[in-house]
Amino acid sequence: MKKEFKIIAQLIENNTRVLDVGCGDGTLMKHLKDNKNIDTRGLEISKNNVQTCIGKGLAVIEGNAEKDLQQFPNLSFDYVVLSQTLQAFYNPEKVINDLLRVANKAIVTIPNFGYWKVRLQLLFKGTMPITKNLPDEWYSTPNLHMCTLKDFFNFCSKKNIKLNKSIALHEQKTSNISKINLNLKNLSSELGIFLIEK
Amino acid sequence: MNSKENIKKIIIKKPLTLDCGKTINNYPLAYETYGKLNEKKDNAILAFHALSGDQFVSGTNPITNKNGWWSYAVGPNKAIDTNKFFVICANVIGGCMGSYGPSSIDPTTDKTIGTNFPVITINDMVNAQYNLLEFFKIDKLFSVTGGSMGGMQVLQFVANYPNKTKTAIPIACTASHSAQNIALNELGRQAIMADPDWNKGNYFNTSSSPNKGLAVARMAAHITYLSKKSLEDKFGRKLQERDDLKFSFDADFQIESYLRHQGNAFVDRFDANTYLYITRAMDYFDLIKQYNGNLSNAFKNSKTKIFIISFTSDWLYPTSENKEIVIALNASGADVGFIEITSDKGHDSFLLDIPDFLKSVKNFLEANY
Repeated sequence: MKKEFKIIAQLIENNTRVLDVGCGDGTLMKHLKDNKNIDTRGLEISKNNVQTCIGKGLAVIEGNAEKDLQQFPNLSFDYVVLSQTLQAFYNPEKVINDLLRVANKAIVTIPNFGYWKVRLQLLFKGTMPITKNLPDEWYSTPNLHMCTLKDFFNFCSKKNIKLNKSIALHEQKTSNISKINLNLKNLSSELGIFLIEK
Repeated sequence: MNSKENIKKIIIKKPLTLDCGKTINNYPLAYETYGKLNEKKDNAILAFHALSGDQFVSGTNPITNKNGWWSYAVGPNKAIDTNKFFVICANVIGGCMGSYGPSSIDPTTDKTIGTNFPVITINDMVNAQYNLLEFFKIDKLFSVTGGSMGGMQVLQFVANYPNKTKTAIPIACTASHSAQNIALNELGRQAIMADPDWNKGNYFNTSSSPNKGLAVARMAAHITYLSKKSLEDKFGRKLQERDDLKFSFDADFQIESYLRHQGNAFVDRFDANTYLYITRAMDYFDLIKQYNGNLSNAFKNSKTKIFIISFTSDWLYPTSENKEIVIALNASGADVGFIEITSDKGHDSFLLDIPDFLKSVKNFLEANY
């Protein structure tokens, strides 16, 4: 299991209810279910992935977060997880609001557009950056709203969203992000993992 | 027609009060089974058939000598693997394959019941079949499944008996029969009733049956089970055994010939009155209304794991209607999975060899067994 999922799993308390939005092949869900006695549900856009999840005995429904989050009642989960997909939505703000409607807490992870390698590519090559976390060309990327860790940090304070935990991930190493080191982490991290609350 | 004498039946002694208010008892329920019930009796799957189906799910149907209606899905090593699971299917009440229905004989008059048969509902069908659990001494089923009207029975079963099945797979169905579906069923019923041989349902003692009306009903319904694309791919404007149009009303086009064949083949195995009763039961099906406008309440007490499947080209029970059930289940906090299978074959997809569909069913069952 990738490091990102290990960190997410550590942020989630045992015996809770979790909705994994964009659950992929269900790796995280299965881990949470088997190791932390968590009652998991998944929402996934790819039919192939839904098939895989069903084959693992996971409760996953085929759907699109922007349309299908609406069906979940208010606070029907303890946590909702959104891994590296916020930037692919038409309206990320609406999705965040929906996440914090269906669950007390949301764990959102973001590929950092402020990472130095990304910045250098744009600065020196003058082309849209391509990295491990951002592997697609500009014309075929699903990403519509790229942001930096700093952007997300600022977004939360502007919208009065509590940042319970802010973790930077770089080459398997984690560190906490705070107001003080924000500029540095925004330059040195590939991924941000945020535990947010309304 | 082949003899129906060897059909397996149980006589249900326990009185059943129908939704119409009438009580029935000592009525036959015809059934068939596949595979073996294990010692723990935890491997039983109750399959519910659709409008034109019967208890002969797989293998050769002894009455029609054709393959059972779900032969692609049910059998050794198939999606519903009869090496592992014990599959039970009963002919619904109102049916014409041995269960209590309009073609049964009323012992008090020695005549066919005909339209004196009470109007039944999906709920009545399910409650009648629930007696199979007692008959086989099964405390809890492993799964209930079925497509179309079979899917409606799955939903009703889960609502009526929230802890009597571990899993459930409703396929290509709806929680509430739409105006369009009622309209299509009404078209079929009117075709039957417009046939003078229908004789207000009393045709058993006469020399002819309303075959023409029933065939037209079947033809109309059959179109709704396909998709525009599947018709186009299979038939297009191809002509039937002729080089050019004949400027007549014979079956010039292959699609006409196909539909006529479907209609004619149907009347050999199906009773016109049963067609009226079962389509009526489908029309009356409204689980949302049964639960006072809130479908979530139907599943509130259920611990059943539910997997809903729809098909992209099904316009009779479209994905949107299947998704309504998913939404209600999610709202009740139920354990629900959902997938829409890509298929050009229309509503009939659930009966066909659609690998993605069959794989989904197999994966779900085996992951939960």
